Amino acid sequence: MDYTILIGGAAGQGIETVVHLLERTIKRSGYHVFTYKNYMSMVRGGHNFMQVRFSDKPLYTYKTKVDMIFALTEESVQIHRENLNEDGIILVDDEMLQEEDFYHLSLNKIAKEIGNSKIIPTIGFGAIVKYLGMDIEIAENAVKEMFKDRILEVNLKGLIKGYDIGIEKYSIELKKDENIIINGNQALALGAIAAGVKYYCGYPMTPSTSVMSYISSKASQMGILVDQIEDEVGALNMVLGATYAGVRAMTGSSGGGFALMTEAMSLAGITELPAVIVNAQRPGPATGLSTRTEQGDLRFVIHSGHGEFPKMVISLRTPEDAFYQTARAFNLAEKYQMPVILLTEEYLTDYMMTSKPFEFDKIRIERYLSSKDELEEGRYKRYKYTDNGVSPRINPGQYEDKIVLVDSHEHDEYGNIDEAIETRNKMMDKRMKKFEILANEVEEPWQMGVDNPEILFVAFGATYGALKEAVDELNKEKSSFGALVYGDIWPFPTKLINELGKNAKKIITIEQNRTGQLESLINEKTRLVVGGRILKYDGRPLNGDEIVKEYKKLK
Amino acid sequence: MNCEYELYDPSWCPGCGNYMIRTALKQALEELNIPPYKAVIVTGIGQAAKMPHYINANGFNGLHGRALPPAIGIKLSNKDLTVIAESGDGDTYGEGGNHFINTIRRNINIAHFVHDNQIYGLTKGQGSPTTALGQITTLQYEGVKVEPVKPLALSLTMGAGFVARGFSGDIPHLVELMKEAILYKGYAHLDILQPCVVWNKVNTYQWYKDRAYKLPDDYDYTDFDLAYKKALEFGDEIPIGILYKVERETYEDRFEFIRNGKPLVDVKLDPMDAEKLMNDFY
Repeated sequence: MDYTILIGGAAGQGIETVVHLLERTIKRSGYHVFTYKNYMSMVRGGHNFMQVRFSDKPLYTYKTKVDMIFALTEESVQIHRENLNEDGIILVDDEMLQEEDFYHLSLNKIAKEIGNSKIIPTIGFGAIVKYLGMDIEIAENAVKEMFKDRILEVNLKGLIKGYDIGIEKYSIELKKDENIIINGNQALALGAIAAGVKYYCGYPMTPSTSVMSYISSKASQMGILVDQIEDEVGALNMVLGATYAGVRAMTGSSGGGFALMTEAMSLAGITELPAVIVNAQRPGPATGLSTRTEQGDLRFVIHSGHGEFPKMVISLRTPEDAFYQTARAFNLAEKYQMPVILLTEEYLTDYMMTSKPFEFDKIRIERYLSSKDELEEGRYKRYKYTDNGVSPRINPGQYEDKIVLVDSHEHDEYGNIDEAIETRNKMMDKRMKKFEILANEVEEPWQMGVDNPEILFVAFGATYGALKEAVDELNKEKSSFGALVYGDIWPFPTKLINELGKNAKKIITIEQNRTGQLESLINEKTRLVVGGRILKYDGRPLNGDEIVKEYKKLK
Repeated sequence: MNCEYELYDPSWCPGCGNYMIRTALKQALEELNIPPYKAVIVTGIGQAAKMPHYINANGFNGLHGRALPPAIGIKLSNKDLTVIAESGDGDTYGEGGNHFINTIRRNINIAHFVHDNQIYGLTKGQGSPTTALGQITTLQYEGVKVEPVKPLALSLTMGAGFVARGFSGDIPHLVELMKEAILYKGYAHLDILQPCVVWNKVNTYQWYKDRAYKLPDDYDYTDFDLAYKKALEFGDEIPIGILYKVERETYEDRFEFIRNGKPLVDVKLDPMDAEKLMNDFY
């Protein structure tokens, strides 16, 4: 079974409510869920929709075609009916539209009888529960978790009434549920908390804000200082103050806010201070499309900050990946004393997906701090020359006879300003040595499809899910497709792409940007030739169906 | 415990006010028995901002205009450290203006020493946010055409609980002000008048000496209206001393786990502590 319900309407009408109730109820019935969310940048009005897809098999993306439309406005019907499967239905209020083949329910009338017009979504939800033949008790519990007091009372009434008047079409078999359901930003935030982040500061900017708001909701409980500060310029500087003092600290923003952090990115480079920085991409330039998705910042984050210094960029692929990579980013930032950028995108920050529960016991916290006996006698050399470029790091205030000096100028081993030619050359080489060693530690991209593909797709970040389903689909016709999806992307791992690329008939890059930024990296770092490209930059995420369709057009 | 601060050779011009400020800083820290490994001096960029290189304390010499943000990150991460932010007038009131305003609002327990010579020294003589209207500089050939910032009036109106002005030409007085600022629980703003002997030919040592006068012993520094009046006094007479001092709750004390807990840097990290958070997602 593979079924998609689309809920469409204006902002503020309660789409989120129905979606949340559906997600929990279906998941707890033992099914995999994938919810795609499509917002306009509005608090009220406009047209928003979300698609809840579920199946007994794992899901990685959304479908173009849907099986049911629950329309809260006429506009939703007009916009989405062309995507309705042949045997699909449209659920609407009977006062709204009178077309014959619709699934009409007196939502409005019932809501008025119960005495609260805001419960229309819950009545519809009750009808959907009945239609799919799901357990009403599971649905009731979901409602009980969501509302309180009198609002709960009317919503429960609405649920039961909707269930009673609804028709039953399917009978969903109840299975064992062991999964969690989570979005990319929540998973990222959980990864940061697991890794021991003690200080998070930032300035709100969609679609990064939910990282900060999730951590903030757990701040007192977990002893984390979450600080909404004056601007992103201050944010990264504060984070560097915190990591200098010795705590794990993090900040995040989207393109425009991230741009303001680039001055301090460079500071992190020369002071050799660890930092974890999230850039949740949305389409630019400038304000662009605030609530939509893109992969247009890849080159920007790789080159963020003036001057040359080591940094790492990790693009996140799924919520589960976001959890583990975020925790790993804190270790790498401290191991190499450098900034690590977590590159995510609006699509991944918002979609909800069932995952296996995260294994917190697999998270390792490695601080790479030096003990007293590892330090040489006398004045502490914060920037001591070493074989691997990494100097012994201690915290200020830790040892009575050691002071810690960091500096934004070029400096000597103690951290004092020094313009000597020899110092400059040795310090540049020391810092870049770390990057060379890091290049040996980066993880190769995830590989999918057949082992020796004729057609090799290459993508990065959240395109993973769409590409996974597309490759599976294409291999059903002819088993010759494979794909690589980058997570660690700077330094750029080249081993696997060289191996598969040299034997493939054609390499096709798939990116959500206009200029093919991943392709340019492949051109720069390998001798492979990209033979085709699927680029999308309308702000809407690629799905599996679309990749299959676009691939066939390429041929 | 060794509380003596070693000094290194500066690259400041002979006669620069920074020397006197450094002497006062060393004396203040030593008299307060704060050992160098427990003190952090955080600066931006400018001649004043080179301070961490010339005195043996922990130091964070960051970016122009950005002395305050790292100072905040440091203090919140390790409340046991004495954190002093130190930079010039351009760094603090110009490039760093937004951080200045918001640091006052936060009221974090740090001392802020602003070396105010009313000119840009490092970049050679351009007008600074505190240069007088009409003053001719190496960039403003027809004179500065904007009104100067009034730093003490600004910090007062933003709600600072400690506002003071010192003069580099009176070291014993400056030492006392620095000690008060460091001991004050909350954000302490100390603006320090300082001649730039090369680039500011108007506000010379003698110019300040002729105008600076100490606030009288019976001055009531809890009187906001009086303090505001004194903060605007910058002409033939310039008051020095503590203009305003009242108790205010600090930002960090508003967090129970910081107020009563260990410094964040000493908290042991364990991923399993966070596992329970996953329950929200079932």
